[in-house]
Amino acid sequence: MTIQSGARSSGLNPTAARAVLDAPAIDRALTRIAHEILERTGGGEDVLLLGIPTRGEILGRRLGALISKFEGRDVPVGSLDVTMYRDDLRMKPARALGKTEIPRVGIDGRLVILVDDVLFSGRTVRAALDALNDLGRPRAIQLAVLVDRGHRELPIRADYVGKNLPTSLREAVEVHLQETDGRESVLLGVKGE
Amino acid sequence: MANRHLLSTADLSVDDANLILDTAEELARVADRAIKKLPTLRGRTVVNLFFEDSTRTRISFETAAKRLSADVINFSAKGSSVSKGESLKDTALTLEAMGADAVVVRHWASGGAYRLANAGWIRSSVVNAGDGTHEHPTQALLDAFTLRRRLGSVAGRRIAIVGDVLHSRVARSNVHLLATLGAEVTLVAPPTLLPLGVDGWPCAHSYDLDPVLPKCDAVMMLRVQRERMSQAFFPTEREYSRRYGLHAARMAMLPEHAVVMHPGPMNRGLEISAEVADSVRSTITEQVANGVSVRMAVLYLLLGGAESAIGNDEKGSAR
Amino acid sequence: MSADNSGYDYVIKGARVLGGEPGGVYVSGGVFVESAPQGARVIDGDGCVVLPGLVDLHTHLREPGREDAETVLTGTRAAAAGGFTAVHAMANTDPVADTAGVVEQVWRLGREAGYCDVRPVGAVTVGLKGERLAELGAMADSAARVRVFSDDGHCVSDAALMRRALEYVKAFGGVVAQHAQEPRLTEGAQMNEGELSGVLGLQGWPSVAEEAIIARDVLLAAHTDSRLHVCHLSTAGSVEIVRWAKSRGYPVTAEVTPHHLLLTEDLIKGYDPVYKVNPPLRSASDVEAVRAGLADGTIDVVATDHAPHPVEAKDCEWAVAAMGMLGLETALSVVQRTMVETGLLDWAGVADRMSVRPARIGGLAEHGRLFEAGAAANLVLVDPQASRVIEPKGLQSLSRNTPFAGMKLPGAVVATLLHGSATVLDGKVVER
Repeated sequence: MTIQSGARSSGLNPTAARAVLDAPAIDRALTRIAHEILERTGGGEDVLLLGIPTRGEILGRRLGALISKFEGRDVPVGSLDVTMYRDDLRMKPARALGKTEIPRVGIDGRLVILVDDVLFSGRTVRAALDALNDLGRPRAIQLAVLVDRGHRELPIRADYVGKNLPTSLREAVEVHLQETDGRESVLLGVKGE
Repeated sequence: MANRHLLSTADLSVDDANLILDTAEELARVADRAIKKLPTLRGRTVVNLFFEDSTRTRISFETAAKRLSADVINFSAKGSSVSKGESLKDTALTLEAMGADAVVVRHWASGGAYRLANAGWIRSSVVNAGDGTHEHPTQALLDAFTLRRRLGSVAGRRIAIVGDVLHSRVARSNVHLLATLGAEVTLVAPPTLLPLGVDGWPCAHSYDLDPVLPKCDAVMMLRVQRERMSQAFFPTEREYSRRYGLHAARMAMLPEHAVVMHPGPMNRGLEISAEVADSVRSTITEQVANGVSVRMAVLYLLLGGAESAIGNDEKGSAR
Repeated sequence: MSADNSGYDYVIKGARVLGGEPGGVYVSGGVFVESAPQGARVIDGDGCVVLPGLVDLHTHLREPGREDAETVLTGTRAAAAGGFTAVHAMANTDPVADTAGVVEQVWRLGREAGYCDVRPVGAVTVGLKGERLAELGAMADSAARVRVFSDDGHCVSDAALMRRALEYVKAFGGVVAQHAQEPRLTEGAQMNEGELSGVLGLQGWPSVAEEAIIARDVLLAAHTDSRLHVCHLSTAGSVEIVRWAKSRGYPVTAEVTPHHLLLTEDLIKGYDPVYKVNPPLRSASDVEAVRAGLADGTIDVVATDHAPHPVEAKDCEWAVAAMGMLGLETALSVVQRTMVETGLLDWAGVADRMSVRPARIGGLAEHGRLFEAGAAANLVLVDPQASRVIEPKGLQSLSRNTPFAGMKLPGAVVATLLHGSATVLDGKVVER
């Protein structure tokens, strides 16, 4: 089975990679984003978080937990797999699907905040917007990302950014999270062989 | 080497099978949405080429294709049969000229789907929707999907398949797939309805139904055609039903959690009693709904990417 | 126009006679002679084997009625290309060869074509329906001088009728050639019944349907003291039954096809109808048994059962495809591969099974003669060291349904002489 990781490259050249965020830095970034969400939404009353699998979903759950801790209120958290809406499906063999779990309350009339690990071309988010369109009608949609590495190919921007990271197209960004990779870091380096 | 076609469950590795079932699991949710559509196969054409009547299977494939936004064309044909319809070859060449991306074919001759896929007449993907008494792979896949949902798993489960195995493409496809997924299958039928050489199949067989039932996690009943009586496969319907029918008393012999399945259409009163068919153990209506999800998964995996994702030996890289 | 006896004289130089020592073979005035005639054309047989012209006891020339598949002309050209100088043309034409009129027509077409002696086979029953005897005597007395009678394509399954036929043909030295297939056990049958047929979902053709008829018929042959010939024998059990019958001295002969010497049912896995034939391709152990049977003489004869079919009859689903394979142009090569190269039979044995015995069974005095002076000069010169890849489009036959397409087979026919006249020279069919 071929699982493709979208806009990501397949492996960094290990000698040239450097960590731009370590575990404490990731934690601080998420904490700040959680506070920003609460601030801008006046307490997060009609917020619903949807993470894009795989790492976006993990980050979404962490944000949900942080918001819950700070505000004392539980925000619905789910996941939204966008594979079926991608515009680059025909370029590789059909991919396995990630999990889509929309919280029971539904998205109609809510402020849906999409959560992903890296914002790059913007195509993944575009696919997510199309997917949401078929699922219902949110009041508004916002975007939270851990890293924005620039090079947008569509008019899409993030509302909440963990770290702005200017990169060249020859470079690649890799996000590692405890739950999937056994460690916490964001690496920047040249694309591997 | 990616497999462009789905002709037989014998061609599916355990990874292929699980990929299809996992994908179907995700796609099943589409049925619960207000907008039951995904854009994935937009612009693709799926042709339902049916040489044998089957409204149910055809509608299932049609629904699956349409939910993926594909265009669907329904083609009812006779093939190179005695009633001299257009030959299979000419029908295939017509479809190729029409630009079909996938052909879902049901044919009355065993090997019909193979000929269509391999004779060099068409370039599209071929999905076997049932060829003679040979195979019906999407039926077996939806049966496995149903079992997985109802029982939690397929591996290690004991499944009895009861009825006219000799003439059943559903039985053949199920035996291959369930064995691949690690289930223990027992075929139960009178000796006349078991094929010669069944000893070589990856399953057990028995002529006696009652001792098999208490150990089953699932019983799959096959349709028995009444015409088989005149060909001396069994003496009377009464005797068949008495010895091999699943009626309430036999259902009571099943363990608590066991389920009863049937690919349909049923002969109520012959191989299965009405009471059993309508009981809570019966998965018969779910099987129909699951059929759409499984067929969506198959169409997506065959057509959704640059090439088929089935039979692909490449190892995936972690997301 | 009969074989041109006023044509050339020939000297075949340096060929191994019957695969033995190299020697000269001399032909003049249509017969073998003791020494090289003056002014004869020389055919260089160095490295080659010279055999008596092959005799096929079982060919379908399709004319009259199915000229879209083959005609007597194209079929006998194919025969000559395969090294045959005589073929028995089966009766399942349209109209059926069950009267003196039809058999004489076929015989005449063979003479006009001039590539091979054509001996028509007469049907046993009218219309091959298995109900009443055809006018066997009239066919025997006709210009075609029919001696072999067969309902091939169908089995004479009625025991009483088979008995009568066996008795009746004694009056003119005839032989009944039975297509052994119990009809009730093979209704709708598509391939050998076995593990593979169960997996492929194709209706099975069980071995017992062939063996049960052969068992009955050898006993009838003994009871009526009349000759029985078993067509296209295909199973190990059939070989054993014939072996037993011969051990008791029963007047039984048997034939096997080249495809049953080489091919097994595994080829059917892809549902390609080129492998569909009656009786069906069997298992590896059956192939082994028929080879052994041919080697020890239990099976007397290799007969091609050459069965041409038009393209559309095979370019379809298995269930509706016609049964039958081409055989004339590949028979000798297949026998070389399966019997000579395996050491089961030498070339003298090949001559016996493919010329001497079939000529004897069919009553052809002018064929199967081992180069004796004065005998009709029917011979084939074959180069065993050559090999060729079988190309359907390159065949003489009008049809293309050969199961050996794309296979590399050994041996090539260099020359065929029919009554002293060349039908094949330098490996090519001579145009008339």
